[in-house]
Amino acid sequence: MGIKVRIPTPLQKLTKDKEVVECEANDVKGLVEDLEKRYPGIKTRLCDDGGKLRKFINIYVNDEDIRFLKMDQTPLKDGDEVSIIPAIAGG
Amino acid sequence: MLREDQIERYSRQIILPNVGGKGQEKLLNAKVLVIGAGGLGSPASLYLAAAGIGKLGIVDSDAVELNNLQRQILHSTKEVGRPKVESARDRLSAINTDIEVIPIKKRLTSENILDVIKDYDIILDGSDNFPTRYLVNDACVLSNKTLSHGGIFRFDGQAITIIPGKSPCYRCLFPEPPPPGAVPGCQEAGILGAVAGVIGVIQANEVLKLILGIGEPLAGRLLIFNALDSSFRIVKVPKNKDCPICGESPTIKKLIDYEEFCQLRKKGGRGR
Repeated sequence: MGIKVRIPTPLQKLTKDKEVVECEANDVKGLVEDLEKRYPGIKTRLCDDGGKLRKFINIYVNDEDIRFLKMDQTPLKDGDEVSIIPAIAGG
Repeated sequence: MLREDQIERYSRQIILPNVGGKGQEKLLNAKVLVIGAGGLGSPASLYLAAAGIGKLGIVDSDAVELNNLQRQILHSTKEVGRPKVESARDRLSAINTDIEVIPIKKRLTSENILDVIKDYDIILDGSDNFPTRYLVNDACVLSNKTLSHGGIFRFDGQAITIIPGKSPCYRCLFPEPPPPGAVPGCQEAGILGAVAGVIGVIQANEVLKLILGIGEPLAGRLLIFNALDSSFRIVKVPKNKDCPICGESPTIKKLIDYEEFCQLRKKGGRGR
């Protein structure tokens, strides 16, 4: 059944307007690679040149921020739900 | 002591078990600053004024434009061209003659923000750009002011309440703003007016709860709204010990003016 990933509005252009996509991975690092394979271009939106998650985007595994888990080593299993949440500034 | 007309005006909230005459007096004695008289600031300030916030400051440097009216419900067609804070003062004072509305026609910068916020207890951020949002967060942390943060983008909304010293700040959540060009520009974004309404009203509700001392604020919790599937979700926001402004060894000691990256604003776009 894989891992459900919620894609934020600003990145949905890359996922052909899909808000939720399915991925396969053992950890968050693998998830980003799998997303990039399926939706080329998404990785550079999420990570900087050094491969680190950008500071205005958070990744949550089942509503927990990976920065307070094991960062990109945070393990994933089938059925987990991952959300990508960017800072938004409109008003 | 509440006057007769005040008891009548606020009767529907005074009868609430957690409010009462004492709660109403707290609201009438409260000083709230709304930053931005736009999509979020409009619904937020309308409810705050109606509820009887005694001193309500509104900061904005812009004039009303026709393309604002689809969501900025403080303003009306005949106000196009007028400073937003003047239009806001007239509308809010018309709703409630019992409160003091203070228009502040300023663009917030690292130079003036501490002086602008110092007279208020609670700050509601309804600005529309990253530089102002980080400036407001940092200024509130440095001056120990409670902040209700709200942001919208297309069909998405976010809200969080920041109680400096107690709950995580906006930089605990997102340590730095995106660099210029990393997010779609204002002109491509777009917003449905009702989405601004949902988040702005949540912010007003947070402020009212904080003043009344009732319920649980959105502190340490980010509320995420999606208008397309009508969903609300909450994710946990822990305090970040490495936070550059409120962490154990802060690296930001003075306010920063980040580079503006919305070109539209340069020709008089939406305001902060």
